[in-house]
Amino acid sequence: MAATETKTAAPPSGLAEFWFYFSRNRGAVLGLGIFLVILCLAIAAPLVAPHSPSEQNRAALLLPPVFAKGGQLTYLMGTDPVGRDILSRLIYGARFSLFIGLVVVSLSVISGVLVGLVAGYFRGRVDTVIMRLMDIVLAFPSLLLALVLVAVLGPGLVNAMIAISLVNLPHFVRLTRASVMTERTKDYVIGSQVAGAGTLRLMFMTILPNCLAPLIVQATLAFSAAILDAAALGFLGMGAQPPTPEWGTMLAEAREFIQRAWWVVTFPGLAILITVLAINLMGDGLRDALDPKLKRS
Amino acid sequence: MPLLEIQNLTVEFPTISGLFRAVDGVSLTCDTGEILSIVGESGSGKSVSMLALMGLLPGNARITADRMQFDGKDLLTLSARQRRSVIGKDMAMIFQEPMSSLNPCFTVGYQLGETLRLHMGLGRAARRARSIELLQLVGIPAPEDRLGNYPHQMSGGMSQRVMIAMALACNPKLLIADEPTTALDVTIQAQILELLVRLQRENGMALVLITHDMGVVAETAERVQVQYAGQKVEEQPVTGLFTDPHHPYTAALLASLPERAVVGQRLPSIPGVVPGQHDRPDGCLFSPRCAFATDLCRREVHAQGPDFGQALCNYPLRLGIPTGHPTMSVALAGEDA
Amino acid sequence: MLRFIFGRLLVLIPTFIGVSIIAFAFIRLLPGDPVMLMSGERVMAPERHAQIMAELGLDRPMYIQYFDYLVGLLQGDFGKSIISKRSVLTDFLTLFPATVELSFCAIVLAVALGIPAGMLAAVKRGTWLDQTIMGTALVGYSMPIFWWGLLLIIFFSGYLGWTPVSGRISLMYFFKPVTGFMLIDSLISGQAGAFKSAVTYLILPTIVLATIPLAVIARQTRSAMLEVLGEDYVRTARSKGLSPFRVVGLHALRNAMIPVITTIGLQIGVLLAGAILTESIFSWPGIGKWMVDSVFKRDYAVVQGGLLLIAAVIMIVNLVVDVLYGLVNPRIRR
Repeated sequence: MAATETKTAAPPSGLAEFWFYFSRNRGAVLGLGIFLVILCLAIAAPLVAPHSPSEQNRAALLLPPVFAKGGQLTYLMGTDPVGRDILSRLIYGARFSLFIGLVVVSLSVISGVLVGLVAGYFRGRVDTVIMRLMDIVLAFPSLLLALVLVAVLGPGLVNAMIAISLVNLPHFVRLTRASVMTERTKDYVIGSQVAGAGTLRLMFMTILPNCLAPLIVQATLAFSAAILDAAALGFLGMGAQPPTPEWGTMLAEAREFIQRAWWVVTFPGLAILITVLAINLMGDGLRDALDPKLKRS
Repeated sequence: MPLLEIQNLTVEFPTISGLFRAVDGVSLTCDTGEILSIVGESGSGKSVSMLALMGLLPGNARITADRMQFDGKDLLTLSARQRRSVIGKDMAMIFQEPMSSLNPCFTVGYQLGETLRLHMGLGRAARRARSIELLQLVGIPAPEDRLGNYPHQMSGGMSQRVMIAMALACNPKLLIADEPTTALDVTIQAQILELLVRLQRENGMALVLITHDMGVVAETAERVQVQYAGQKVEEQPVTGLFTDPHHPYTAALLASLPERAVVGQRLPSIPGVVPGQHDRPDGCLFSPRCAFATDLCRREVHAQGPDFGQALCNYPLRLGIPTGHPTMSVALAGEDA
Repeated sequence: MLRFIFGRLLVLIPTFIGVSIIAFAFIRLLPGDPVMLMSGERVMAPERHAQIMAELGLDRPMYIQYFDYLVGLLQGDFGKSIISKRSVLTDFLTLFPATVELSFCAIVLAVALGIPAGMLAAVKRGTWLDQTIMGTALVGYSMPIFWWGLLLIIFFSGYLGWTPVSGRISLMYFFKPVTGFMLIDSLISGQAGAFKSAVTYLILPTIVLATIPLAVIARQTRSAMLEVLGEDYVRTARSKGLSPFRVVGLHALRNAMIPVITTIGLQIGVLLAGAILTESIFSWPGIGKWMVDSVFKRDYAVVQGGLLLIAAVIMIVNLVVDVLYGLVNPRIRR
């Protein structure tokens, strides 16, 4: 009611405004925090991890975590069937998961944006061919296509990453193409074209920066999806191969012990869930902060 | 007691940088058989005050008023259920964008019939008969065929006629028309206005017409209320307003009408824009754009009495001369002498 | 309407040809000798090698091989399993009902819970209820479902002993499959307890498979609903004095459903991807498990045929979704 409340100095500036909307979403900040912690753990894995991820202690097979009956303080999350420390393997596993996400997103974003930009900018026959190709990729369930691709390329982490990037590609192509097509006809682009800007300049300097917001959001979601897919491939035995401490692969190894040792199954999955959840929380925050449509109210 | 009486209505919205006051102490009355026009630029809070009256504002809006009465009912104390039995029946509203105001997923007949079933309890056959009658009333040819149409199959003018038919379904005592012609072609605008005025006379309704178009005001209204930045700045009968506006803002609005332009001269416009949330001045809200503004205006502003149309101005105009102005009135008076 | 469907079918033809090229190329891209791969034999004499090569037509030019392959497909010949020597199409048709049954139950569960949850969150926007629903949905959306399945098995099968771990029905019951859908077949068989047994076997896989679609549908419903609630026609509906229940549940929902139906359609692909994992965890004898097993057994003829059949199913489902979309959205209907 007070009249003073209705007055404030100046409208907030760009970056400050972005941070304002992002930080107003408490979930997003929480996600960012968790992600940073996981990132630090992954980088400092050799310093943080209490044991080597491959060190086997024959005297401590399937040891329960410290808070359960029979747990030991040296193995906070217990040990696996060959006596390796689960906590250490999880910390090292974070390196793989984040690395997979980074590589997959980089590969699919760079190639997807290029292809989508070409399709949306030039339209016509090029566009039709590209979109038909993408339709073909989308006609397969993503995990099945990745699985078959890995079968062709041979199981392993690198091939899994290539396969997942390829499966992710159509989403970036479609998204970029759609944004480019809406921006292409806008006055500022026409203006720049009339002013004599070349094709490449129009594509990369004029149009592309204005299509970034949805791409950033999609890239975040693709990051978490890549971690999930790589873990799924690992779980099916087609991703990283044992004894790599990749979380999905760890789950696959632990499967036969689900009735006897719940912790070998629970913790790797929990690590996947928390990482993916943190990234998705950030993605939601980014979307709210970057999407002007949802900003008001 | 008038049909509709609002006193000192204030509407505020919480935003990221504090409360935004969209309507600031507005009062108005409108009686049966009367046409009241509310005029102002976009953002002057015309629509918001009427939406507040209808109870259609989002839940985060803070609505306060000394008095808000309609047809002997106190709208401030009415429960949500009781209010719903009033709106759509005795008090109806039509909106600016007819094309998007009709639900694209339902036929015209369904949307018309819905109101009739809710408030009048009509059966299927009676609803159909009344719907056809209503569509005829608003001048839609071949109404039987229109009932099965979806909104996207109709033009803007046709949609607005359907909206009017829907609003009139239960013979309301008050019809609020929020910029009913803004989104329409010029030729259609006149038809719709004519229709509204005709229906108002025939049914003896009260009509509140919200517009930013002085031309519309001149053609239809009896009494005019001018709003600026959420405040009521002047209220007069339409003839008085056009011959002798008391608030500098009203005067400036009228001066910028193309019909009033002097041939061969530039059309005058009002410098600056309506203050937003971040640049609301102290004192008189119009002072940054006013030719007569003094330091007093930038500090505070007083409302005048009925002989100056309740103008919210320290120096209300009398035939274009600011009364009591420290420099201008003397100068102008001196010129006259 | 028929023209609309026909037009969509025409667009599918190039996509299907593309898909068949991928399936065709798949075997030829595999590392190793295609003759060895296709015959499943490790060691063979050169004469036998040449003989099989001629039998399979691998000695002819690529484009003729592809043409033959395409003609075979049109005649319903999707190849033969290297290991069991059974027709891929026959195996697919035998196993497909199990996947359909599971997927159908999952999508029904996801829609039945997801749409009301999303509506509730939109209407109660910003409250603790909205935050709880959306928080839960985000967890579901982030869930590694293969782990989620294992957790449920540990708790419900291991700890509580309520549900079986794998399969479609208890071994106590045996009857000839009529429809291939266990729920229906068990009812037809008339054996006491058979239906109940089939239900208990179905519960956990359904929950696991429904998790991600449920989360996606709830999130999509909420955002579609929020968008629609701000539309002019919702204000019109309220200005008529309609009850909030009718405004939200009829006027808003009908419009919000348009994007949600697209989302549900897109979930079919997600569902089949999820079926690969879910069926593997619960040993559910459907096409997902069949494909994974075939990849592992290097039965590439099955992988090739299955890939094509699954893509065909997805394309048909997408077509059906397009038609449904036209039915809900009068602006598309002609």
